[in-house]
Amino acid sequence: MSASGNDKDIPRIVSSRWDLADGHTLERYVDTGGYEALRRAVTSMTPDEITEEVKAASLLGRGGAGFPAGVKWGFCPPGVFPRYLVVNGDESEPGTYKDRVIMERDPHLLIEGSLICCYAVGITQAFLYVRGEMALAQERIAQALNDAYAAGYIGRNILGSDFSVDVVLHWGAGAYIVGEETALIESLEGNRGMPRLKPPYFPAAKGLYMQPTIVNNVETLANLPWIVSNGGAAFADLGAERSLGTRLFAVSGHVNRPGVYEVEFGTTTFRELLYGERYGDGIRHGNELKAFIPGGASAPWLFEEHLDLPVEAGAVGDAGSMLGSGAIVAMDETTDVVKAAWRVVRFFARESCGKCTPCREGATWLERILRRMLDGHGRPSDIDKLLDICDNISPQITWPPKQTTICVLGPSAVSPIASAVMRFRDEFVAYCGGDGEVTVPVLGKAYLSQPPTVGATP
Amino acid sequence: MPRFTSENAALADEIIGRYPRPRSAMIPLLHLAQEQDGYVTEDAMEHIAELIGATPAEVLGTASFYEMLKREPVGDYVINVCTNISCLLLGGEELLAHLENRLGVRAGSTTPDGKFTLEDVECIAACTEAPCMQVNYRYFHRVDLGDVDDLLDDLRAGKLAHEVPRHGTLSRVRQRLPEDRAGNAMPEENVEPAWLSHNGTSDEGAAP
Ligand SMILES: Cc1cc2nc3c(=O)[nH]c(=O)nc-3n(C[C@H](O)[C@H](O)[C@H](O)COP(=O)(O)O)c2cc1C
Ligand code: SF4
Ligand code: FES
Repeated sequence: MSASGNDKDIPRIVSSRWDLADGHTLERYVDTGGYEALRRAVTSMTPDEITEEVKAASLLGRGGAGFPAGVKWGFCPPGVFPRYLVVNGDESEPGTYKDRVIMERDPHLLIEGSLICCYAVGITQAFLYVRGEMALAQERIAQALNDAYAAGYIGRNILGSDFSVDVVLHWGAGAYIVGEETALIESLEGNRGMPRLKPPYFPAAKGLYMQPTIVNNVETLANLPWIVSNGGAAFADLGAERSLGTRLFAVSGHVNRPGVYEVEFGTTTFRELLYGERYGDGIRHGNELKAFIPGGASAPWLFEEHLDLPVEAGAVGDAGSMLGSGAIVAMDETTDVVKAAWRVVRFFARESCGKCTPCREGATWLERILRRMLDGHGRPSDIDKLLDICDNISPQITWPPKQTTICVLGPSAVSPIASAVMRFRDEFVAYCGGDGEVTVPVLGKAYLSQPPTVGATP
Repeated sequence: MPRFTSENAALADEIIGRYPRPRSAMIPLLHLAQEQDGYVTEDAMEHIAELIGATPAEVLGTASFYEMLKREPVGDYVINVCTNISCLLLGGEELLAHLENRLGVRAGSTTPDGKFTLEDVECIAACTEAPCMQVNYRYFHRVDLGDVDDLLDDLRAGKLAHEVPRHGTLSRVRQRLPEDRAGNAMPEENVEPAWLSHNGTSDEGAAP
């Protein structure tokens, strides 16, 4: 697979077995080079050497926040044991579909990556937290764990070494907020899945049972076998700026070829992903693109003038949005943006854990106001009111968002509203009347972006 | 109003034994109760409380946070239709409305014969396969309205028992931790793992 506009041969690091009907079995996994990286790690590398390779790879977390994995591992306080790994397989950010594919089609890759992490960090028990609704992923992982234990890849004295760890499969019961790492830990402790107050800021210092805990996303961990086998430098040869290696993107919505694609990180552009014939292959019926979500429902929307941006964390951040969880949703010219914003906000209102007032009340009010507009009872003052509520959740509606809340779910509800209101104010006026006056400050760059002027010279 | 059967109580003990703290088994045991009875009964919650050393109110407190844990009977088949953004754009609402018409119930309710419960759900991580839905948490991708009618007929006729187990059953494969597992990492035991001492002595570390 190679990204166009670039003659490098791009390896498939996390999706290499997706086309195999039996890629999820131990036999096929081992046949195709599986568990060789683990063997190499435990027989010929020290834990520190592995961490150094992961730092050299500059592997950014793929769960949403994009924090470098090697650096995070280094936050475990020295001399404090036991340490735990909690694998975040709770994938539920609207638009996001990639971790489930890994868990269903290549569960051993995730297990091998998790084991490498445990070896590097000195972790003696790992919990693989899979989203509750993913029954097939749970079955595939349970089978894979049973087989890997029997073959000596997990358990006591792995591959004859002194490395011993248990990996326990655990699954949730339906709650988006549990994807937030401290809520994930609360849930694993048997509690309501509510984010913890910070500080402590990093579960690596105090996490599960208040012990050092690494929380990593499924895709993040799935990169580790390749990094151990090929070296961090080879990984860092791919990609650009801060965004190295490859990355999975789910391209959905109004494109001709929706799908989950592994592409070179940092260099591939949104235009290639939405219009390239191997990827999205253009907007359906030849329609115009109205807006796209670049990184899951929490991300501010981007527009046609952003199409040539590379999928690079820094570049997208500078434009006022984020790559988040690798979820690109295209909306064509027929999309009712008031309705689209309402549907995304309803999600956040429903999924708010209720711990902080601005999020619990604010998201609910936003949802009700938008619902009222759609029902034909919009009021001229509603447009400014929507933004006023947003400003209460995330002061000045800026990017990266400020927050009055414990976690960023609250500010996430602001993104779709500020995006839709600022760009498509006429459509809101059509629902509400009035002149669409906005008195609330809105500072986020993506919200202020203007369509390119036709005929302008670059 | 059932507690765990003796077989499930034994399984519950095994599950509790996988965690350094028994309370961590809370959600797995709630799922086990739902698998046994189709929903989570009050007696099951009391039994779980006894097993993990919590109060019944604490078990209810946790259970009530999570959407999948039903505290009242639901249909044999719980149909979850995604209407979140990617599915909304490609007919998720129409699919839901079609099912409401066909089943004669609104989203959030159960047919009088107890066969189907219909739900309007958030993103189920199949966004590139929109519109999509699940029946008892088994996926149906790129669903068209004609297919869905056939699917309902097949479910009613019990033809899909293999693909779609009864409500409450998630993974049909159970993890089995072997006798000689590594063992729970107990928070009160601050022991440095043996292999970490390889750091700095890599040349005389593990055998090649
Ligand atoms: C509301 C909310 C939901 C989240 N959901 C997920 C999720 O489903 N999966 C995930 O990996 N990370 C999710 N995250 C990010 C996690 O908190 C955490 O940053 C991530 O799991 C760390 O792994 P990584 O560094 O490998 O990306 C979520 C964060 C927030 C605030
Ligand atoms: S921001 Fe929302 S979801 Fe996050 S802790 Fe506060 S109330 Fe809960
Ligand atoms: S939006 Fe429907 S599955 Fe993600």
